[in-house]
Amino acid sequence: MYVSDDISEKRDELEGMKDLELSEGRWVEVCRLSRITPGTGAAALIDGEQIAVVRARNSENVFALSNFDPFSKAFVIARGIVGDREGTPKIASPIFKQSFDLRTGECLDDPSVRLPVYPTRITDGRIEVLVPSRGHGS
Amino acid sequence: MTERKELLVVGNGMVGHHFLNEAAARGLTSEYRIRAFGEEPRPAYDRVNLSKLFDGKTESDIALGSREHYEKLGVELELDETVVSMDVKAQTVTTQRGRTFAYDALVLATGSRPFVPDVPGKELPGCFVYRTIDDLDQIRAHAASCKTGIVIGGGLLGLEAAGALVSLGLKAHVVEFMPRLMPLQVDDVGGAVLKTRIESMGVELHLGKKTVEVMKSGERVCGLRFADGEELEADIVVFSAGIRARDELARHSGLAVGDRGGIAVDMQCRASAPNVFAIGECAALAGKTYGLVAPGYRMAEVAVRTLAGESADCGSFDLSTKLKLLGVDVGSFGDAFGAAPGSKTISLYDGVARTYKKLVLSEDQKHLLGGILVGDASSYSELLTYVQNQLDVGEHPEALIAPAGGGSGKPALGIDRLPDTAIICSCNNVDKGAIACAIREQKLTKLAMVKSCTKAGTTCGSCATLVGDILKSELKRAGVAVTNHICEHFPHSRQELYHLVRVRKIQSFDQLIAEHGKGEGCEICKPAVASILASTWNDYILKAEHEGLQDTNDRFLANIQKDGTYSVVPRVAAGEITPDQLIALGTIAKRHGLYTKITGGQRIDMFGARLEQLPAVWRELIDAGFESGHAYGKALRTVKSCVGSTWCRYGVQDSVGLALRIENRYKGLRSPHKLKGAVSGCARECAEAQGKDFGVIATEKGYNLYLCGNGGMKPQHALLFASDIDEETVIRYLDRFLMFYVRTADRLQRTAAWLNNLEGGLDYVKSVVIDDSLGICAELEAEMDHVVDTYQCEWKTTVESPERLTRFQPFVNSNEPDPNVVFVRERGQIRPALWEEKQGLVEAGQVHLPVLQPALSA
Ligand SMILES: Cc1cc2nc3c(=O)[nH]c(=O)nc-3n(C[C@H](O)[C@H](O)[C@H](O)COP(=O)(O)OP(=O)(O)OC[C@H]3O[C@@H](n4cnc5c(N)ncnc54)[C@H](O)[C@@H]3O)c2cc1C
Ligand code: HEM
Ligand code: SF4
Ligand code: SF4
Ligand code: FES
Repeated sequence: MYVSDDISEKRDELEGMKDLELSEGRWVEVCRLSRITPGTGAAALIDGEQIAVVRARNSENVFALSNFDPFSKAFVIARGIVGDREGTPKIASPIFKQSFDLRTGECLDDPSVRLPVYPTRITDGRIEVLVPSRGHGS
Repeated sequence: MTERKELLVVGNGMVGHHFLNEAAARGLTSEYRIRAFGEEPRPAYDRVNLSKLFDGKTESDIALGSREHYEKLGVELELDETVVSMDVKAQTVTTQRGRTFAYDALVLATGSRPFVPDVPGKELPGCFVYRTIDDLDQIRAHAASCKTGIVIGGGLLGLEAAGALVSLGLKAHVVEFMPRLMPLQVDDVGGAVLKTRIESMGVELHLGKKTVEVMKSGERVCGLRFADGEELEADIVVFSAGIRARDELARHSGLAVGDRGGIAVDMQCRASAPNVFAIGECAALAGKTYGLVAPGYRMAEVAVRTLAGESADCGSFDLSTKLKLLGVDVGSFGDAFGAAPGSKTISLYDGVARTYKKLVLSEDQKHLLGGILVGDASSYSELLTYVQNQLDVGEHPEALIAPAGGGSGKPALGIDRLPDTAIICSCNNVDKGAIACAIREQKLTKLAMVKSCTKAGTTCGSCATLVGDILKSELKRAGVAVTNHICEHFPHSRQELYHLVRVRKIQSFDQLIAEHGKGEGCEICKPAVASILASTWNDYILKAEHEGLQDTNDRFLANIQKDGTYSVVPRVAAGEITPDQLIALGTIAKRHGLYTKITGGQRIDMFGARLEQLPAVWRELIDAGFESGHAYGKALRTVKSCVGSTWCRYGVQDSVGLALRIENRYKGLRSPHKLKGAVSGCARECAEAQGKDFGVIATEKGYNLYLCGNGGMKPQHALLFASDIDEETVIRYLDRFLMFYVRTADRLQRTAAWLNNLEGGLDYVKSVVIDDSLGICAELEAEMDHVVDTYQCEWKTTVESPERLTRFQPFVNSNEPDPNVVFVRERGQIRPALWEEKQGLVEAGQVHLPVLQPALSA
């Protein structure tokens, strides 16, 4: 199993150097941007990992976070409603409606819970997600 | 079925009534056949508010019980039937009509009778007491020919009776034997302030006067003579010299009574004979009787719980009172006379404002023990709360009664400071937690709703301000304090948004939020707007521009379940289904490995479909002739029906036919919340139409239409809206009613809650729908026609659109099914595996769980 803490601590750093290949991770192409309706999410399966890829309503911003809803223990985050709470972009789980910050994965209704998030970029109209490479950890 | 035991309740006054309510609420009606006897000719009424009959209220305003009410409770009521004797050995009672009833349990709730001192002339025409509606009727009739009235007794009830005489246009005198007014509630200074206030209202007070004779002229009252030889003229006399427990039945049958009257009872309200209870004013608890309603209600609850086999105890009673006597506020609470050893008193007498306030403090001056308020009792409930919850009064307790604007830093008793266990309504024993919880859970927004749900504030009314404060505080916490805004993204209520969409012809969420809102939207406003757009324009709800607005259920046209799979409910209009359709459902469910269950709405729910299975399941369902059942949407669900006159030997109309027509007409209608209907073929009501948003019950002459009922968490019966109307009228009224509801309700507000909040209630709906008082009926019908004409089966549209079907792929980059969806078999079908049962998959690396991180505190 990977240890995703590494990647999270590097998040801020990563934002600034999205197009750099990092030795701990690799960019994986998911689908065309147009495949995801603005303001909705879709699930992607990358290396057995379920990731919710979420597209903002009004921009080309794309977010990626775990598709696992820790409250219902089902993989459903991508099927939630996208929106904002006081400017924070978020998605609400379709099961019990807890909201998660799309940028940090933090649960806005229970700050003790936080989902892993993954950097994204758009290359030639395609969405790519930076996933940590396996290997260290388990 | 085993025979139920017999429970008899003697007396149908306030406490007897409360007992019946509580008994039914606690299910005693299944163990006992409950029968109540009332001496008065009418069911229980609110005696506390008796005097309101002189300020324009009617009998029905103060009614507590009614025949229908008791019928609903499952209780039998015999009115105008006095119980005249009881035999505690044989366990029977006998009534004045000579009927004898055996009991397994007997509850005496006979109340009190007014005490009339034994003075010569007390029986003369023109002498009255003040206790029942009949007394008031007689007083009113007699007073028509009178100019002056005297009330004997300057207590709480006497002053109320004096007020009644004033409102009948008489000059009123109050004669009190003691040297001050309300001797039980108010001290000397308070009594003096009260006296000046009352005199300034034209009521003449005669204190320290002992009446020795009621004088007559002819056969009528003409005045009183006092012990000091003075006389006072009057043509009507009302005795209000106290009350005496009605314990005569008990005395005659050998039950123990208190030293000062009242049926002696223990802390569980048990009298001295087996299986006999006494509650309310007729009971003497530890030798003491109580002339207030709150202790009586408590006794009723304790008796019910004791009968139900629970342990309960009366404890001690709070005898605090707040009244408006002739327009003067008087409050007396807790240890009003400073009886506690070492207690200290602070009082404030304002000769200009003519107010008097007294606080009794504990020896250490930390706690308030009681007090008296005259002239201004606005702080009564606040102070009482300090007493009941032993709150610290702070450094300057005097500030609690300082005049407003005194600048002395009053320790504001924010309602938020009170613990949840603080009793807010002592009459009905409701604490703060219960009120707050009802406000939160039932989304109450008006004081009237809080009162009707919790009963707090419905008896003496003195706690209403506190209840209002709790409401305000809860609403504020919920972020709806002063606004009815749907959420942070729109400064509008749902109703306003509906109006904007329609009037400005807005077609999409993007347009609405750009023009009338801000931000990105959220899970509150997006589905609400989607529903408004759908009710208004009836577009295909999965058009790309609407897709992101929908809850997952509406987005994937199925009901999500706890494991992320979906259930599928095809429409079975009116519950009518052919054998071939049943077989088709079975075959499809079997082929896709789904769990099947019959729903409460007369249809078949198929569970356990993964996202990617939905289109295939639906393609087969559509081929077999099924349509979407909209079980996933806030939309019309089912119109349930009984089999009706076609088969049923009692049926008078074809209920299935009408239900089919109604369901097919409104199917697909999006609404603020789900809508359910039903049609019964006769008054036996097998389809339970009175528990639905709209229900139709066949009659010999046509149909009765009922509106705004619902089951669920807080069931409410639908109300009769129109009787004996024909089928076309049913449809017309339904068109108008449904569209009116769709237009005006709040988000997630079912019709029952909508009606409860609608000013004017059912009569208003009748005026709009039947009499067209707003002139919108033609519009409402046209809007409904549009919805009906543009109906499409969303699943049919979906399976015909290859583009749409991509939405049902499990992953955008893979067609592998979600490995986390796992079933186990139980009772011959599948069920979702428990989380523990899936652990093996995680260990085997088949399911990858993310490592959840604690949020960084920085
Ligand atoms: C004008 C007025 C104002 C009041 N204001 C207040 C107030 O502000 N606050 C407060 O707390 N309390 C107030 N009270 C007192 C309150 O009304 C009583 O405490 C309450 O009604 C007691 O209820 P109960 O059921 O014990 O007695 P009741 O309400 O008197 O009911 C007893 C019933 O039993 C019937 N009955 C008696 N014997 C028999 C029999 N043998 N067979 C069949 N039926 C029988 C009687 O006819 C009566 O209908 C007021 C009372 C009056 C009259
Ligand atoms: C998560 C919440 C809920 C889910 C998933 C759910 C689901 C369902 C489904 C699928 C049905 C069958 C309906 C049909 O045949 O179309 C049903 C029926 C019913 N539901 Fe719910 N429901 C929910 C909440 C509620 C609530 C809050 C209430 C009460 C207000 C309620 C009251 C009912 C009733 C009374 C029926 C039977 C309908 C009838 O007999 O006509 N449900 N529910
Ligand atoms: S409601 Fe009437 S018609 Fe319908 S099944 Fe029951 S008895 Fe028969
Ligand atoms: S009653 Fe509760 S458990 Fe049962 S279906 Fe409704 S919401 Fe689910
Ligand atoms: S305290 Fe009397 S109604 Fe609440």
